[in-house]
Amino acid sequence: MTAAPGARKGDDGALALTGITRRFGDYTAVDDVSFEVGRGELLAVVGASGSGKTTTLRIAAGYEVPDSGTVTLGGADITNVPPERRGFGMVFQHYALFPHMSVAHNVAFGLEARGVNKTDRLEKARQALAAVGLQEAGDRAIQSLSGGEQQRVALARAMVIEPRALLLDEPLSNLDPTLRQTMRDDLRAMLRRVGVPALFVTHDQEDAFAISDRIALLKLGKLLQCGTAEDLYHRPVSREVASFIGRGTILPATDNGATASVRIGPYTAEIPVVRGDSVAPRLEHAYVVVRPDALELVGTDDTRAWKGRILNRRFAGGAVMYRVELGADVTVEVESASGTAREGDLVGVAPTRGPFPLVPR
Amino acid sequence: MIAVPVMLLLLWTVVFPNAAVIVGSFENGLEHWREFAASPADREALRTSLVISIASVFASLAIGIPLAFLLGRFEFPGRRLLRAVATLPAALPPLVGVIAFLFLYGESGVITRTFQSALGLGEAPWRLQGVSAIVFVHAYTMYVYVFLFVSAGLERFDATLDEAASGLGASTWQRLRRVTLPLLMPAVAGSSLLVFMNALGSFSAPYIFGGGLRVLSTQILASKINGAMGLAYVETTVLALSAIAGLLLFRWIDRKRKYTLASKGGRTRRVIQSRRAQILTAFAAALIVITLVLPHLMVILVSFARDGVWTTQVLPPEYTLENYRRLFSEPQLWRPITNSVSMALIATAANLVVCFLAAYLIVFRKFSGRRLLELLVALPWAIPATAIALGLAATFNQNDLLSGRVLLVGTFWILPLAYFIRDIPLVASAVEGSLRQMDPSLEDAARGLGASWMLTMRRVILPAARPGLVAGGLLAAVTAVGEFVASVVLYTHANRPISMEILAQLRALAFGTAAAYSVLLILLVLAMTLAARSFEERIA
Repeated sequence: MTAAPGARKGDDGALALTGITRRFGDYTAVDDVSFEVGRGELLAVVGASGSGKTTTLRIAAGYEVPDSGTVTLGGADITNVPPERRGFGMVFQHYALFPHMSVAHNVAFGLEARGVNKTDRLEKARQALAAVGLQEAGDRAIQSLSGGEQQRVALARAMVIEPRALLLDEPLSNLDPTLRQTMRDDLRAMLRRVGVPALFVTHDQEDAFAISDRIALLKLGKLLQCGTAEDLYHRPVSREVASFIGRGTILPATDNGATASVRIGPYTAEIPVVRGDSVAPRLEHAYVVVRPDALELVGTDDTRAWKGRILNRRFAGGAVMYRVELGADVTVEVESASGTAREGDLVGVAPTRGPFPLVPR
Repeated sequence: MIAVPVMLLLLWTVVFPNAAVIVGSFENGLEHWREFAASPADREALRTSLVISIASVFASLAIGIPLAFLLGRFEFPGRRLLRAVATLPAALPPLVGVIAFLFLYGESGVITRTFQSALGLGEAPWRLQGVSAIVFVHAYTMYVYVFLFVSAGLERFDATLDEAASGLGASTWQRLRRVTLPLLMPAVAGSSLLVFMNALGSFSAPYIFGGGLRVLSTQILASKINGAMGLAYVETTVLALSAIAGLLLFRWIDRKRKYTLASKGGRTRRVIQSRRAQILTAFAAALIVITLVLPHLMVILVSFARDGVWTTQVLPPEYTLENYRRLFSEPQLWRPITNSVSMALIATAANLVVCFLAAYLIVFRKFSGRRLLELLVALPWAIPATAIALGLAATFNQNDLLSGRVLLVGTFWILPLAYFIRDIPLVASAVEGSLRQMDPSLEDAARGLGASWMLTMRRVILPAARPGLVAGGLLAAVTAVGEFVASVVLYTHANRPISMEILAQLRALAFGTAAAYSVLLILLVLAMTLAARSFEERIA
C-alpha cells in the first residue's frame, strides 16, 4: 500500500481512502482519490458540484462501494462493510432527522439499533443533547426546531453512538449566514472533543478554512491537492487549485528558478516565487498566482510597476478592491488600504508583496 | 432481494391471466376473431361501449365543470351545503347507485310515478332504458371526478394571471376562453380519462338498464354463461385493447401540453350581488342538492318498505323493520355480509403487504426491473374489471403446477384474488405518494446509525408510508366490500358477496331487502372511513 499524500502515518484509528475510483456508467465520479484522516483530525473535502465530493463521502460511509481502491480504518479493510456495521456517525446535508420521532428518540435511535434498553438509551440521549446545548429539547417535535437546532440534534445523534469516525455532508449549507459564523466555531470545538477522524464535505472554502485542519480539493473526480489551508492558498500545486482557492489572477510567466519574469506591456517584473510540494524545479510553461493583497497601487511614474486604468472600484470594509486593466486582456484585482484612486484613473500596479506561487499550466 | 418475489407474484396474478385470455382468443387460430367480426351483436356492443363512454365523458364534463366554477368562484346562500354533498355520489357503491336510480326514475320509480299522476298519463312518461339511461347514471356517479379535478385546478389557479389578462383588456368571456380554460386542460383531460375508463368498464348500469342493449362487458358475461369461452376471450381482448387505446390517446393529448400550474391560488370568491341572481342560484343549488341526495334517501326509504306490497303506488305503502331483522337473523341472508367483509379484509391485507413492498422498491431501489415493476403495478388500472375477472376464470380453473395454474375458480379464494388485483394500482400509488414525500436520506441515516433492514423498515419506512397505507387500504376495502363487476363473473353460491345478493333480491322483486343490503353497505363504507380517520388521528 502506498502512503496517501498528506497522510499522517502511524496514526492508529485513522481513516484512509486509497486509490478510490467510482464510475456510474461512462461517468467517472471519483477518479483514483487517496487521503487519510487521523484521530482527532478534521479534514474538509472541498469541490464544486459534480466534483465527486459527496460520492467520496458516501464511499467513506459505506453507502457506495468503490469500483477499485480501499477504505481502511486503523489499518483494517472496511471497503465492503455496509454502513450499519461501520459504526460511523454521519450528519446529512438536510440532517435526515426522523420526522415522526421526538428529538430524544431521534438521538437514541442508534442505541436502539444496538439493543440498548430504553431507560439507558434515553439517558444517554439526554447527555448527548446536553453536550450540544439542547438539554431541554428532548420531548420536542423535529418540526418545531430551527435549522441550527436541527443541526445540533443531528450531531448529537451521530455522536451518541460513540462513532469510530464522523462524516458530515455540507453541515453548514442550510444555515443562515449569521448562524453559520457561530456554528463554524462550535462545530470545530465539538468535533475536536470527540477525538475521532472527522471528514466533512463542503463547497464553501470559507467553511473549510474555518473548521478543518486540512483540505482535500477535488475537481471532476480527481484529487487536486491535499494539505493545510495555507498550503492550498500559498503553495498551490496547479493552476486549478490556485484559481479555486482564494481570489487572484493567474498570469503567464518565465520560470527563472527562484524568481519569475512577468511581462505586461512595456514593463517586465522580476518577482520572487514559491513552489508547491509537487511543482517541478523548472517549468517550461509557468504561471504566477497574483493575489489582490500581493499587489500595490502606485503612481504611474513608479518604475517597478505595470501600468493600467482602473475599471471598477469596490468598497470592501477594511480595504478597497480595484479592478485594473493592464493590457488588452489582462485584468488584475488590487487590494488597497487608502482607496483614494477613482474609476478611470491611470495607475501603476507594483508586485511588491511576494513571494508569488508558481504553478504549471 | 425482495424485488424478485414481488415481481413474480405480480407477473403471476396480473400478467398471466390477461395473457391467457389473449392466447385463448387464438386457440382455434383466427376462428374466434372471425366469429367476433361476423357477429352483428358484437359489433354493436363495441360501438355502443365506445358511444356510452364518450357520451359519459361529455355528460360528466357538462355537470362537473360548471359546478366546480360555481362552488369555486362564487359565494351564495347554500354554497357550503352544496359543497358538502357534491361528492356524495362517489360514496355510493356502483350497484347501489343503479338501484337507487331504478327506485327513483325507473318505470315504477317515485319520480316517474309522480309525473305520471300529475300529468294524468296512462303509462310512464319515460323509460329508464338504453344508452341515455346508462349515460344518465354514469353522469351522476362519475361527474365527481371532473368536479374534484377541476376544483383542485381552480384552487391552484394563479389569480394574477386573470388580473393580468383583464389588465390587458380581455373581457370576461375572453379570459375564460383564452386563459382559464386552457390552464385547466390538464384537470379536464385527467378527469375525462378517469370517466372514460370507468364508463368503458362499467357493468352494473348496462346490466340493469340495458334492456336489449349490448355492451362489451355484458357480452363477455353472456358468452361465458353460454359456454362460448373462445368468443368471450376475443371480446375481453377487444375491451382491454379499447381501454388501453383510450389511455394512450389521453396521454398523447396530455403530452402536447408544455406548461404546469405551479402557483398557489389565493383568490376570494365573488359574492353574488343582485337579488334576482341570488334567488336563482340558491334555487338552483337547492335543486342540485336534492338531486344528489335523493338516491341515498330513496335507498334508505325503500329499505323500510315491506317486500311485495309496493306495486302501483307512488311511494311504498307499508313500512317495517322486518327487512333488517331478517338480514341479521336468517343465516342465508347474513352470509353475504360476512362473505363480503372477510373477502374485502383479506384482499386489503394482501394489497397492503404487496403494494407496500412494490412502492418501497419503486421509490427507493434502483434496479433493472424497476420500470417493469411500475408497469405491473399500474396495469390493472388500464384493464376493465370484467376483463380481469375473465382472465382469472380462464387461468385459475385447474390444478397444473407446471403451467402455474391453481384451481381457484369455484372456491372462496377467487374473489379475494380478484379484489386484490383490482386494488393494486390504488394502494400502490397511495403508498408511493407517501414514500415520495420522505427524505431518502432517512433510510441512509438509519442504516448509518447501525439499524438492520428490519428495524429500518419498522421504525423509518413504515411510519413514512403510513398515511398512504391507511388511505389506500381504506379505498381498497371500500371498493372490495361493494365490488360487483368482477364478482358477477366469478362468484359461487358459497362466497356470494353483498352485491350479488342485492341483485338476487332485486330479481325476486324483494326491493325492501335489496335496499336494506344497500343501506348496510353504505354503513359499512361509512364505518370503515370513520375507523381509518380515527386511526390516523390517534397516531398523528
